[in-house]
Amino acid sequence: MKKQLERKHSLAIRWLHWVNFPLLTMMIWSGMLIYWANAVYSIRIFGTEFFHFSPPWFYEFLGIPYRLAEGLQLHFFFMWLFAVNGLIYVVYLAASGEWRAILPVPGSFGRAVRVALYDAKIVKTLPPQGKYNDAQRIAYTLVILMGAGSVITGLAIYKPLQLAWLTSLLGGYEWARWEHFWLTILFVLFFVVHIIQVAMAGWANFRSMVTGYDVVDAEPDATVPDLPESEGVRV
Amino acid sequence: MKKEEVLLEKVREFNDTESDEGENTATILNEKKEVGPPVDAATAKREMLARSRRSFLVGGAAALVGVFGWRWMPAETKYNLLRRTFEFNEKVSQFFYRPSRLAPEFPPGRILPRRVNGMIGIDKEFDQSAWTLGVGGLYGRTDDLVLTLDDIKALPRTEMITELKCIEGWSIIVQWAGVRFSDFAAKYLPNTIDGSRPDVAGYLEKLVPYVSLSTPDNGYFVGWDMPSILHPQTLLAYEMNGAPLLPEHGAPLRLASPTKYGIKLLKRIGRIEFTAERPRDYWAESGYDWYSGH
Repeated sequence: MKKQLERKHSLAIRWLHWVNFPLLTMMIWSGMLIYWANAVYSIRIFGTEFFHFSPPWFYEFLGIPYRLAEGLQLHFFFMWLFAVNGLIYVVYLAASGEWRAILPVPGSFGRAVRVALYDAKIVKTLPPQGKYNDAQRIAYTLVILMGAGSVITGLAIYKPLQLAWLTSLLGGYEWARWEHFWLTILFVLFFVVHIIQVAMAGWANFRSMVTGYDVVDAEPDATVPDLPESEGVRV
Repeated sequence: MKKEEVLLEKVREFNDTESDEGENTATILNEKKEVGPPVDAATAKREMLARSRRSFLVGGAAALVGVFGWRWMPAETKYNLLRRTFEFNEKVSQFFYRPSRLAPEFPPGRILPRRVNGMIGIDKEFDQSAWTLGVGGLYGRTDDLVLTLDDIKALPRTEMITELKCIEGWSIIVQWAGVRFSDFAAKYLPNTIDGSRPDVAGYLEKLVPYVSLSTPDNGYFVGWDMPSILHPQTLLAYEMNGAPLLPEHGAPLRLASPTKYGIKLLKRIGRIEFTAERPRDYWAESGYDWYSGH
């Protein structure tokens, strides 16, 4: 059977994606150094504390205590790189037309549920998709919004007087800090799911994020394929 | 699996796919696919291998440069880079700074119980009654002017209920009463850079750009930029939450302002100096942002 190379990810998207990885890592790491100085958040349901962010053993294990100044230095250095990288990413998506591969449409939510059911091995087929399925579209759009939210809530905490209107809009200084914290937790959850999905999707998928390309079958299957191939065995 | 079951499954899959025609996010948004010319499997594999080799080498090299460049950067270079970033951030902040923007003020019901955080510079025995305030860098004189608390209280009284933000991340709503630093500076005029007569209300650029404040024992010292200290919500405070300042909160006179973090709000001020040189700052010397402005 004939094969062809499919261009999956442009050079810009690959660089922006991979550069974002250490930047987001440094933002979260320095954020932890800062958060340590006033670690007040926990998960409470009806007044009962279920989990406190973050337990002392966790801090000790990572060597976080007493590094507030360092945390602030790193946070206010990498914030520029993180924000600029994110801004370029959004502008690039808009200008290149690649937003078509990422944005969801109203019908996406139903199809995303079917993707989730497929991943949970409850249904057998995936809904038709482009480069990304609809669950990915929703997740990737959300993560862009989370990035914007982190910058906005971060600014509200960073300049609560000069940007007092923004801080008030977010519910005040204390709420803005709370929102900034929970957006970070969402980033961590996104990261965990992302890694699991990438691991399950396999090598060719990961490779395409580095090389930009994947090898696909040249002709669309006209007939019902025989079982071994439909299972996606690829050499 | 028996043959019939396989077929049934295929039919179901087929139907599933059929029912979705025209309801595909990719086609709705007109997403394009980019594929190369069809080639035989061996050629495709070879080309993919060449692309992989190139991309992984470039990516791996970039990752190594990034990780080891950062890890092996001399501590001094890294410290200077981060300190200069603080200074750059300060310039950006000052560019956007407008003295007309005010921090929110709160109703008395929102006042929270006092919180003591840090006794640096105020931990020794101290006779409140013998306290005086030295003021240096005044226009038209070279020696310190010595003031008493009554001299301060003779200036217009200002009250505000604002949120004090600690650099550690917590905040607290406090009621302050005292004298606007701008009122103080309008009475006790700071030096100008060219020796001309100072105009505190109008012509800021002519004033010496910094103010240095320190405790009587010099154990704690802070530096302020002139625009922030002349902000209408920066007070020389002598009352907190409706009562005279307690010793642990900086009696008899301290700074109170929502324009900067608490590390800049010096307690028990012993000396104020208007200066052209950027003053030393206790926490900046431990790696914190000198400006620390909101």
